[in-house]
Amino acid sequence: MFLYVRKHPDVLAHLNKHLNFLRPHLKQPTVSSKVFIQRDYSSGTICKFQTKFPSELESRLDKRQFEETIQTLNNLYAEAEKLGGKSYLEGFLACLTAYTIFLCMETHYEKVLQKIARYIKDQNEKVYAPRGLLLTDPIERGLRVVEITIFEDRSIGSGR
Amino acid sequence: MHLGVSESMRDCEYSQISTRSSTPMETPYKKKTSKKRKWESFPGRNKFYCDGRIMMAKQMGVFYLTLVLILVTCGLFFTFDCPFLALQLTPVIPVIGGVLFMFVLGTLLRTSFSDPGVLPRATPDEAADLERQIDVANSSTGYRPPPRTKEVVINGQTVKLKYCFTCKIFRPPRASHCSLCDNCVERFDHHCPWVGNCVGRRNYRFFYMFILSLSFLTIFILAFVITHIILRSHRSGFLNALKDSPVVVCFFSVWSIVGLSGFHTYLISSNQTTNEDIKGSWSSKRGKDNYNPYSHGNIFTNCCAALCGPLPPSLIDRRGFIQSDTPQLAPSTNGITMYGATQSQQSHMCDQDQCIQSTKFVLQAAATPLLQQQSSEPVILTTSPENGGTLPGRTSLNLGGPCTSLPLGQPTPPTSTPSLSCQEPSDMLPIHGHSHTHNHSHALQEPVAHHHFLTPEEVPSPPGMLPCGSPMGHTMQAGFYNPASQDSLHEDSVRGLVKLSSV
Repeated sequence: MFLYVRKHPDVLAHLNKHLNFLRPHLKQPTVSSKVFIQRDYSSGTICKFQTKFPSELESRLDKRQFEETIQTLNNLYAEAEKLGGKSYLEGFLACLTAYTIFLCMETHYEKVLQKIARYIKDQNEKVYAPRGLLLTDPIERGLRVVEITIFEDRSIGSGR
Repeated sequence: MHLGVSESMRDCEYSQISTRSSTPMETPYKKKTSKKRKWESFPGRNKFYCDGRIMMAKQMGVFYLTLVLILVTCGLFFTFDCPFLALQLTPVIPVIGGVLFMFVLGTLLRTSFSDPGVLPRATPDEAADLERQIDVANSSTGYRPPPRTKEVVINGQTVKLKYCFTCKIFRPPRASHCSLCDNCVERFDHHCPWVGNCVGRRNYRFFYMFILSLSFLTIFILAFVITHIILRSHRSGFLNALKDSPVVVCFFSVWSIVGLSGFHTYLISSNQTTNEDIKGSWSSKRGKDNYNPYSHGNIFTNCCAALCGPLPPSLIDRRGFIQSDTPQLAPSTNGITMYGATQSQQSHMCDQDQCIQSTKFVLQAAATPLLQQQSSEPVILTTSPENGGTLPGRTSLNLGGPCTSLPLGQPTPPTSTPSLSCQEPSDMLPIHGHSHTHNHSHALQEPVAHHHFLTPEEVPSPPGMLPCGSPMGHTMQAGFYNPASQDSLHEDSVRGLVKLSSV
């Protein structure tokens, strides 16, 4: 029988971290399919993802949990791109120092991106990996999509 | 780009052979001595310097002209006018001139060298998923599919999102594909040959600072050169004084630069891009209810947002390493298990690291026994009938072209192999893993697979390729291929390859 394999570079890096959660007895779980959550541009060009629950995840994940994850991500990205006193001050200071300040300091956006990475890792460990799913950080996809990899459920008996 | 791919492919090949020949699957393959960075396999038409830190467009001639003009004008000013003015008027003049000059250079280099906001191309999975969605949408209409657009309502205005065939994404609003750089750029303003780069979301503020400071500098130089001439002409005469100054260059450039600064000040205050203004996207002439949905409402907020807003990071990760941390998969032969890998590999033509990763992943996923089965032997066996038996002949075919032309699936046709085979027969021998010919082995493995699965369907291959590829490919496919499965993925890969080749 054939192996329907979807390839993804970063999945492998993630797999090495999440093996204990997914399949302790197997080295590499099989990728069954991938779901892509597209961007939601209804509020303009800010980074926001659609909260519509994809049908492929119905058997694996609770709708409420999914919406909570996406909504938190949207809030974090909004925080990164927020126009306010703090970001203006940072921008103005950077302009004054001819942007050399960023050689020693991280931008606010980068700090929030790190926060997002930690949140996604946390969500993967607590919610998604136990259900045979894997969230990929959108920054690895150019902030275009939230990629959710669905792994084959070996316990059902399907496979090669 | 191709060389980077070929080297990576060689690396994949090396790993696959070593796994097959002697070691179990879990044994980590040896890492490459030097890891490849992502900029080396960047699909756009950009040039990279300083190991990926600097990113510019392909054509840089006008940028050099800009540099020369600025340096020569300022050089002449500092050499001929400043000494006189510093003595006659005040030494503050050269100081201010110097500060302005440094600011202009700094902003120019920052604009030219930074990533304008390039959107990375879609991964093959994403592209396949989008294609599926579009097909589903089109099939419901029943007739010829309409152009790929999506409509979205932003702040009350209907905006059309277009599908980019090169990047395989629906472009975000305000993004545009630059044909010169062959990239989709966020908030695309224009491609500026004077700075040698696109002007987009990430470098618009630097561009604006550059033209603003340059207009101040030009006006400054012009003013003080005229002052110098006037002061000197009291002593020696007008024409004598005139020949000592760079007034001509300043005089002509000041109008265009000041004009451009004024134009961009208007654009910033109304939060429009040059692209939108030229097209009249938000002009009231289009309709009574037509307004700019991106504007924040007042000029001050628009200016602050454009110039002092948060600076988004680069999405393309130029200096990241191409991940090669998993074993490779042989892209050939055992069509059943390696099918997915091969197909996926083909569809990765526009993203070589994806290609590498896919094969690695499938290799890992496949069981060790299966892995040990698939080997170079089937390759050798199938190739020999076509070529009349000589392994060198077949493999040298792969050697010569495919390493460099792998992404486009256009290796040299077998008919041209004799010359190659004459040169490299010895290279064919160590297919079984001699250290010094691993790269050749890699070449053997990867392109052969491509011949098998790629060329029969690959439209833009050179004419010589298809005849050679198809008979072999068909025989291979008959033996190992399961065409019923993964048709969509194969279609996508073919489409991707057609698009890539047509780019």
